Amino acid sequence: MTSLAAVFEKARSEDRAALVGYLPAGFPTKEGAVAAASAMVDAGCDVIEIGLPYSDPLMDGPTIQDAVHRSLLNGTRIADVMRTVEGVAKTGAATLVMTYWNPIDQYGADRFARDLAGAGGVGTITPDLTPEEAGPWREASAGAGIETVFLVAPSSTEERIGIVADCCTGFVYAASLMGVTGARSSVGVAAEDLVKRTRAHTSLPVCVGLGVGTGDQAAEVAAYADGVIVGSAFIRRLLDAPDEAAGLFAVRELTAELAAGVRRR
Amino acid sequence: MTASEDPVLQPGDLVGADTATRGKFGVFGGRYVPEALIPALDEVAAVYEKARTDIAFIREFDHLLRTYAGRPTTLTEVPKFAAGAGGARIVLKREDLNHTGAHKISNVLGQALLTKRLGKTRVIAETGAGQHGVATATAAALMGLECVVYMGAVDCERQALNVARMKLLGATVVPVTNGSQTLKDAINEAFRDWVTNVDSTHYLFGTVAGPYPFPGIVRDFARIIGVEARRQILALTGRLPDAICAAVGGGSNAIGIFHAFLDDEGVGLYGYEAGGRGLASGEHALTLTAGTIGVLHGSRTYVLQDEEGQTIESHSISAGLDYPGVGPEHAWLKDSGRATYHGITDAEAMDAFALLARTEGIIPAIESSHALAGALKLGRELGPQATILVNLSGRGDKDMGTAMTYFNL
Repeated sequence: MTSLAAVFEKARSEDRAALVGYLPAGFPTKEGAVAAASAMVDAGCDVIEIGLPYSDPLMDGPTIQDAVHRSLLNGTRIADVMRTVEGVAKTGAATLVMTYWNPIDQYGADRFARDLAGAGGVGTITPDLTPEEAGPWREASAGAGIETVFLVAPSSTEERIGIVADCCTGFVYAASLMGVTGARSSVGVAAEDLVKRTRAHTSLPVCVGLGVGTGDQAAEVAAYADGVIVGSAFIRRLLDAPDEAAGLFAVRELTAELAAGVRRR
Repeated sequence: MTASEDPVLQPGDLVGADTATRGKFGVFGGRYVPEALIPALDEVAAVYEKARTDIAFIREFDHLLRTYAGRPTTLTEVPKFAAGAGGARIVLKREDLNHTGAHKISNVLGQALLTKRLGKTRVIAETGAGQHGVATATAAALMGLECVVYMGAVDCERQALNVARMKLLGATVVPVTNGSQTLKDAINEAFRDWVTNVDSTHYLFGTVAGPYPFPGIVRDFARIIGVEARRQILALTGRLPDAICAAVGGGSNAIGIFHAFLDDEGVGLYGYEAGGRGLASGEHALTLTAGTIGVLHGSRTYVLQDEEGQTIESHSISAGLDYPGVGPEHAWLKDSGRATYHGITDAEAMDAFALLARTEGIIPAIESSHALAGALKLGRELGPQATILVNLSGRGDKDMGTAMTYFNL
C-alpha cells in the first residue's frame, strides 16, 4: 500500500503527473475487475479508483452506467468492493473507492471507513457529497486514517472552491468540464483555469478528470495538473473486447499510452 | 370587479424555500448533488427569494393562475360517493378542473416565470405518467422556452397519448432506456442534462423532492391549493375540516393542500401512498410507510432501498405515484407526527375511481383515487360528524387506457 502523498511526491520527483485509473468493482466480473486494475497498475497507473456500483449514478455518462449496470447484475455487494480494493492494494498502488453517498450512509460511515482502511484502501472520492453534508464522513475517515477527496467544477465560485478544498485531503478532484463522465474528443478549456483557481486555495495536489481518454489528452492535462484521471476509456476497451484476455491486453495498451502521456508534459 | 378579477394569490402566500435552514426539514432534505450544480441551485434559491416578495412577480403569477390555469378551482361536495364513508361529509377540492388536467400547472407556471428571471431560455423536466411533462411543455409553449422532457421508455409506451401531447406542444421527448426505464431514471437523465447545459437551462422540477431549494419552491407554487381550500371550506361549512386527504407520490399535491392547514391543530392531515399489490407482495410504492431513511435524487428522505442503499424499484397502477422516494417535508411531517401516511392498494384505488365516476359523474385520476379510497376508510373511523376535504389532484382522462384494461370496458 502506498499513500497518496508518496504517489504525488514520486511523480513530482520524476517531473510528471500521476496517472489515476477508474474501474467499477464487479466489472467485467468480480475477479475480472481485480485482474484489469492490476494490469492497469502493472502498465503504469499510480492510483486506482474502484467504483462502488450504485443503482442511480446521476453523474455518470452511458459508458460507466453500462458497466455499473452489468456489475449490479453480477450481484456486486459492498463486501465485493472491499475484496476488490484488497486485491488491487496488494499490487502496491494507492487504491481509493469512488462512490455516491447513499451506499456509505446505509452501510454506516464508521464501519465503511474502518473496513476500507482494513482492506488497504487509502480513501474515497464522493461526487455527490457536498461540504455541507460531509461532516460525518470526514470525521469517520479521519478516525480510520483515510483520505477524503471532493470535487470542484468549472462552475464553482472562488468561495466554493475554498470550502471544498478545505474538506479535501490527499488531493482535490477538478472536473474538467460541465457534464457527466465519459471520454470526449477534447478536454474542456475550463480545466486549466480551474486548476489554477484551485491552487490559490490549497497546497494539495490537483487532479483533473472527466473526458480524458488518450495519450495526447493526458499530456495536455499533465502540463498543468498533478494527476490525470481516466475512467470511461478503460471501460470502453473492456466492453469492446471479444474476451477477457483481449480486454486485459487493450487495457494494458491504453495504460501504456496514457503513462507515456503524463510523462510528456 | 367580477369574481375572476379578484386575486387568488396574496403577498405572503409564497412562504419561502426554507432558506434559513438551507432546505432542512429536521434531519431531512439538504443537498446531495455534484458540486457543479451548487451555483445553479444557489442562483435558483436567490432568484426565488427575491421573486416571492416582489409584487410584480406575485401579480404576474396570479394573473396566469386565474386567466390561464383557471384558478380558483371550486369545491364540490359528493354526498352519494360519501354514502360508503360512515356518514361523514366529503368535499372535493377540484384540482382536476385546472388547465392540463391537474394541480401540476401551478408549479410549472411559477417556475417558468422564474426561468425568465434566471435569464434562461431552455427548460428540462422529468415525467412519469406524462402530466408534469405535458404541463411543462404547455408553459414552455406559452412563454417561448425550448423544452426537453425525459421520460422512461417504459412510461413512453404506457402513456403514448401524453407523448403525443408534448410533441404537439413543441417539446422534445427523450425516452430514457437505462435502469428501470421509469420515473427515477428519467430524473437521473434530467440531472445529467442539467449539469451539462446549466448555463442555458433551468431544471423545471416536478415535485417537492430533490435538492434544496426545489422542495420549498415547488411546495410554495402548489400551496395555492390549500390557501384557496381553507377559505372555501370555511365559507361552505362554517368551520375547518376534521381531516384532509391527499395522494402522495413525490408529494406535491399533498403538501400543496396540507401546508395552509399546518397550524390548524384540529385538522388531521392524511397522505395516501400507492400500496400497489400490497406490502407483502413487494410490489408497491410505500416509501413513507415501509421505506427507510436514505438519500435519493439529492435529498435525505424516506427511500425504498436495500440495506446497502441500492434503490428498489417501486410499483403502482398509477404512474404518478410510482416513485421510490418522497419529498423531505413529508418525511419530516411523518416523523413529527403532524401528518399520517397510509397505503392504498391498486384494487382499492380502482374501486374508488369507478365509484366516484358512477355516483358523482367525475372521473378522477388514479393518483387522486388513492386519496378518495383513503377518505372512505377514514370517514368510517371518524364517524358521521366529520367533514373530510379530499384533494382531487387530477382528472382521469389520461387513465382511460388503464381503466379499459382493468375493468374490461
